[in-house]
Amino acid sequence: MSDIPRDLKYAASHEWSRLEADGTVTVGITDHAQEALGDVVYVELPEVGTHFDAQGEIAVVESVKAASDIYSPVSGKVIAINDVLEDSPETVNQDPYGDGWFFRLLPDDPSDLGGLLDADGYAEVCANDEH
Amino acid sequence: MTLRTPLYDAHVAAGARMVPFGGWDMPLHYGSQIVEHQAVRSGAGVFDVSHMTIIDVDGPQARSFLQTLIANDVGKLEVSGQALYGALLNAEGGILDDLTVYRTDQGYRAVVNASTRDKVLAWLETNRQPGAAWRERKDLANLAVQGPQAVAKMIELYNLPELARVPGFHALVHGEWMIGRTGYTGEDGVEIMLPATQAVDLFERLLAAGVQAAGLAARDTLRLEAGLNLYGQDMTEANHPYESRIGWTVALEPANRNFIGRAPLESLRQRYTRKLTGMIFTGKGVVRHDFKVRTHAGEGVVTSGVFSPTLECSIALVRVPRDAKGDCEVEIRGKWLPAKLVQPPFVKKGLVVTS
Repeated sequence: MSDIPRDLKYAASHEWSRLEADGTVTVGITDHAQEALGDVVYVELPEVGTHFDAQGEIAVVESVKAASDIYSPVSGKVIAINDVLEDSPETVNQDPYGDGWFFRLLPDDPSDLGGLLDADGYAEVCANDEH
Repeated sequence: MTLRTPLYDAHVAAGARMVPFGGWDMPLHYGSQIVEHQAVRSGAGVFDVSHMTIIDVDGPQARSFLQTLIANDVGKLEVSGQALYGALLNAEGGILDDLTVYRTDQGYRAVVNASTRDKVLAWLETNRQPGAAWRERKDLANLAVQGPQAVAKMIELYNLPELARVPGFHALVHGEWMIGRTGYTGEDGVEIMLPATQAVDLFERLLAAGVQAAGLAARDTLRLEAGLNLYGQDMTEANHPYESRIGWTVALEPANRNFIGRAPLESLRQRYTRKLTGMIFTGKGVVRHDFKVRTHAGEGVVTSGVFSPTLECSIALVRVPRDAKGDCEVEIRGKWLPAKLVQPPFVKKGLVVTS
């Protein structure tokens, strides 16, 4: 059973989102996702300042097993990326909800987060994922 | 229905992620394939390879039987315990499987791949000769202990000082166990064939002694760093030995040894047009099976590609035109990116040998 923090929002494509006090949204991949991927070896992050629509391909995570696209959970502009992942991509495996964050967005509309799954909704997605 | 080795429960207890592989439920890793890979390069790791097929061959014509079937010459095995690596070919010179053959007191022992078991057993039957008999040893398990500390650990755990003196590609018989100084990782180590009923105890004792349990994923990255082929990926029946880096295992001497596939090889040896070689990609990405390659001498393809924990970048085996060398390009997710052709192995005794 993977870890699914209750204070976060989730997409069915296994990204988590955290609304920060300053109105920005931090995004990463879930424990379920990092476990399925295996050892992460490369992360391709977007350029700061770029705008993405919701569900747009915004990043790539490559593990020993496969390369996976990461989708923007909401529409917004990239205001920060996690440089740590350049030299230490394994941080994604070790601390997916903390130091393993990918990027931070300034959302076009913060209420868009309401359209994402809560912890229970995401738990169901994971349950359907197991075969 | 998938098969389970005697170690199935022990793998699960050790935290393995189990996956189906060639009809068997096998441990992919026990948490991190990179940790397991590094443990083998720096200390010792243990792999369950009980899914592989062990076939004992005996009878007065056992030698000539195997000399007909295998492109390497078992006639070279002069003493009990000596082993060689070679290939079974079809009449066109295509590779049916690669295998290790040991000479034993009773005759010979062949270890072939799990995925080719049915094919190889059928091939033996098709080519049956009087005076040679074989039986599959389903009663045996097989564990590989690999790494610079592997032999020392085994000596310590089982009081086997003579193991230190066993040369590479030779096996020691110890009661019901056959311990070969062989492996698929490029490190020193052993492969232990033993009664299945004793396998769990060996595995658990190794883990308790600090040997790292290692799964299929680490096995793949280790063998690729060592420049070793994986049958079914780097070579298939559509390939002959000279385009698969195993031309060295073809023994054309003595000239009167008529093995299956000999005739086409005699001309292919001079006239082959492709080769299997290595490639390093230092960009951000992992090169994988079937990715396209462009060289100065023409196009090729990746047969196996992984992220190399030792080189910290992606490495691959590639099949390219015979004269290809130097800089090349590989297609990754729609983009052609620079890479370099290099002669394997990439790693030898834990150290990077390619530049």
